Amino acid sequence: MTFIRPNFRHPENHTNERGFSIKNYEGALSTLCAGCGHDSISASIIKSCFELNLEPHKIAKISGIGCSSKTPTYFLGKAHGFNSVHGRMPSVTTGANMANKDLLYIGVSGDGDTASIGMGQFAHVVRRNLNMVYIVMNNGCYGLTKGQDSATADKGSAGKKGVPSPFDSIDLCELALQLGAGMVARSFSGDKKQLVPLIKAAIKHNGFAFIDVVSPCVTFNNTPNSTKGYEWVRDHMEATGTIDFIPHQSEITVDYPEGSSRTVAMHDGSALTLQKNQHDYDLSCRKEAINRIETVKMQQKILTGLMYLNESESDTHGRINTSDQALNSLAQSELCPGSTVLDALNASLR
Amino acid sequence: MNSTNSKKLIKGTNDFVIRFANVNGSGSASANNLFSKVVFRSGVPISSKNIFPSNIQGLPTWFEVRVNEAGYLGRRGGYDFIVAVNGQTMDRDYQDLLPGGYFFYDSSKRLPNHYQRTDIQLIGIPLTTICNEHYTEPRLRQIFKNIIYVGALAYLFDMDFSVFEASIKSQFAKKAKLIEPNIKALLLGYDYAKEHFTGCCGLNIHRRDLNGDQIQMEGNDAAGLGAVYAGATVAGWYPITPSTSVIEAFEKYCHKYRVDGDGKNKFAIIQAEDELAAVGIVIGASWNGARSFTATSGPGVSLMSEFLGLAYFSEIPVVLMDIQRTGPSTGMPTRTQQSDLLAAAYASHGDTKHVLLFPSSPTECFHMTVQSFDLAEGLQTPVILMSDLDLGMNVHQCDPITWDDAQIYDRGKVLNLQQLDELPERWGRYLDVDGDGIPYRTIPGTHSEKGAFFTRGSSHDEYAAYTEDGEVYAEGMQRLLIKWNTAKNMVPRAEISGNVSEMGVLYFGTSAYATEEALDTLRQQNDLDAIRVKAFPFGPEVDEFVKEHKQVFVIEQNRDGQMKTMIINELSTNPEKLISILNIDGMPITAQFLIDSIGQYLSPKTMQAVKQETAS
Repeated sequence: MTFIRPNFRHPENHTNERGFSIKNYEGALSTLCAGCGHDSISASIIKSCFELNLEPHKIAKISGIGCSSKTPTYFLGKAHGFNSVHGRMPSVTTGANMANKDLLYIGVSGDGDTASIGMGQFAHVVRRNLNMVYIVMNNGCYGLTKGQDSATADKGSAGKKGVPSPFDSIDLCELALQLGAGMVARSFSGDKKQLVPLIKAAIKHNGFAFIDVVSPCVTFNNTPNSTKGYEWVRDHMEATGTIDFIPHQSEITVDYPEGSSRTVAMHDGSALTLQKNQHDYDLSCRKEAINRIETVKMQQKILTGLMYLNESESDTHGRINTSDQALNSLAQSELCPGSTVLDALNASLR
Repeated sequence: MNSTNSKKLIKGTNDFVIRFANVNGSGSASANNLFSKVVFRSGVPISSKNIFPSNIQGLPTWFEVRVNEAGYLGRRGGYDFIVAVNGQTMDRDYQDLLPGGYFFYDSSKRLPNHYQRTDIQLIGIPLTTICNEHYTEPRLRQIFKNIIYVGALAYLFDMDFSVFEASIKSQFAKKAKLIEPNIKALLLGYDYAKEHFTGCCGLNIHRRDLNGDQIQMEGNDAAGLGAVYAGATVAGWYPITPSTSVIEAFEKYCHKYRVDGDGKNKFAIIQAEDELAAVGIVIGASWNGARSFTATSGPGVSLMSEFLGLAYFSEIPVVLMDIQRTGPSTGMPTRTQQSDLLAAAYASHGDTKHVLLFPSSPTECFHMTVQSFDLAEGLQTPVILMSDLDLGMNVHQCDPITWDDAQIYDRGKVLNLQQLDELPERWGRYLDVDGDGIPYRTIPGTHSEKGAFFTRGSSHDEYAAYTEDGEVYAEGMQRLLIKWNTAKNMVPRAEISGNVSEMGVLYFGTSAYATEEALDTLRQQNDLDAIRVKAFPFGPEVDEFVKEHKQVFVIEQNRDGQMKTMIINELSTNPEKLISILNIDGMPITAQFLIDSIGQYLSPKTMQAVKQETAS
């Protein structure tokens, strides 16, 4: 990882319809491990916002705690960021959205953040159908605390210490579907061709849009048996006394057509088979979406793509009937009933 | 019927305590409140306390009413008259009655043989029998039984019946067909008592004109109204006794005063999944420029602690109302205490301190709520209103709610678009430009180029950038202390009475009712100064008061003297000079308890000893 900002000009240095160049959507240099899939997701967010001609300062990027939740620093530097507490991004976003419905809310979370400590908040923000983009950068482990299994780690998969997870994993897409999310999708961090349109769709979706992005942890998703894994490297580095050495690895990317499968080799030597969704079915059927996820899962593959879309449900503001004007823009004169009404009120209390 | 001549009965006009013993869920509350309302409307000062179980139905509940012409509204202790209509507690009620008191019971069933007290007056009225004669529906029989005993009391206390009639009429103004049956029930009791108990009761409630323009209100109702007047638009909350009615009141008043021309709400109330989410919503909304608040109780404060630390360190306004109850854990959820002081003042891990306000009446709940928002935004920090169950859930007689239309919300240091445009230098979210420890903030979305910042709980420099530089962290933490010192001059001043003695009394919150009554008695024999603390951090006047007195009695409704701990912690006073006077039974503190507790130190002999001891 280098901390020197590269000198070259961005290949996409042209400006969008609003006159912003892609630089206007970038953030600080990433301090994540080299080759981390999360950086690709950040890049996809940048690209999506650029292509949608959004005003960067009209975006709020909110996260919890974890590797994934660090990423808002690395995209949309002119947007307002809030790195809150572990698992609690949904409530902060809910409050922010209640205060001002006119901003775009991008919530970034990890699998530990969402599927464990923040499971309650995740469930309820879905249930409220908050108008936001909710992206989970899902790597099945806790990176910042060095690789413990998360609740999305597959049963039998071995974490940093090589103990296979004895528990079933939580499929966040299935959960989001069950809880009534209006848009549910899954993608792979290295597949920008698929991810960017999904993020754009999520931004345009009015209501809760969920994208679970499989984003392998280059540092901790190894198994003890893998000679190419982190464990092995560390064993051989101990002599130098470097404990936090993180092997430099390049980002995994894939590109393959809809309806097909692709097996992706992970840094630890394991393989991940992705199945890209083919859109020849009714996207508005929740039941069918769950079925497809389960069917593909039984084939030892991971289904990606848009799984469900329902634009008809009203968002939180619609459901609680808030005024069209953003609540944070209402003046005192519109909020304070004033002294005159108190006479009647006091009289009723006598 | 006992003879009234064979014993010494309690007698008096407009000065006694009556307790109603009922069953939770039996509909007694409205009858008891009717009684209370009529006394108030008769111009006689009154205070009432609901002593209720933490379940919905079937367990005992008591309603304690103190009628007091002198205007003392604290709990007095002791019962002169008991309405015992709960079989479950009848034995206890019978024993709790003061000698010379009156025991009112449902005589449809004979009293058990062991009821042998000869020092009390029995008043048996066959409530069940009367109900069964007049009503066929079981529900009506139950409800009107309560109204019938109120009718009987109207006669026994020689009250003006027309006030009852007027109260019933106004209560059921929108359900006119209920007026007549209620008045009929009142008369059933009134007439029975008149026929059978002429002249047996020495307690009277006679019309006075002592209540002026005062109102009757619950503290939580006032706090909810305060949030409306303060311009709060977002409330995140999670139901917990005794705070729930704050949000219910906010909602009620919002629907009344805050709906726009299209029928849409100029407010958002989110019932969250838990307290963590409730305060998270507040933080998100406040960060985004809306006035936002939550209400909870001790267990909720525990759950909100991490977030409160985040708000403190990232400097986001939060208004939190802590309606305290008896802890720890779930303790006695329907009993009152002032035992969250330390938990609230220093909530969260790391170095944190939060601003606390201590209201003593519903009127203060209203004004301090408004003030909380100004302080939270002015200081960019959490502000916690420390109410309690007694204040929050009981109806208190208090001054009317007033509002000065010239008052402008203090939104604190917020840079708008124009100010950002004109900014000559780079704006720093955590720059102490004015030297008061309070930086300038921006509201997301304000400006296209300037003003965006990254809010984080992790260590940050003056420009909100992430840092692990220890010195930068330390500077930030020291600045927060400068802000804390600024807060000392922004919070409401303590109220001081007397400047005559070396002995002082320090009190706060709901203890005020009992303390002020006790002081009137104690001052008849002794010189005593007093200070009612209204906020934390303590203003300079609190520091001075403690410094200037050789002995200070610190009155609290908790076990460990939490206020005393805070004084020692913050004012570096000699702990020896602070004497804790503590009440922890979950019931509102009484004047008598204070007179007894403080009095023992104040007897001339002890007083002398104290003086010598502190002088040496």
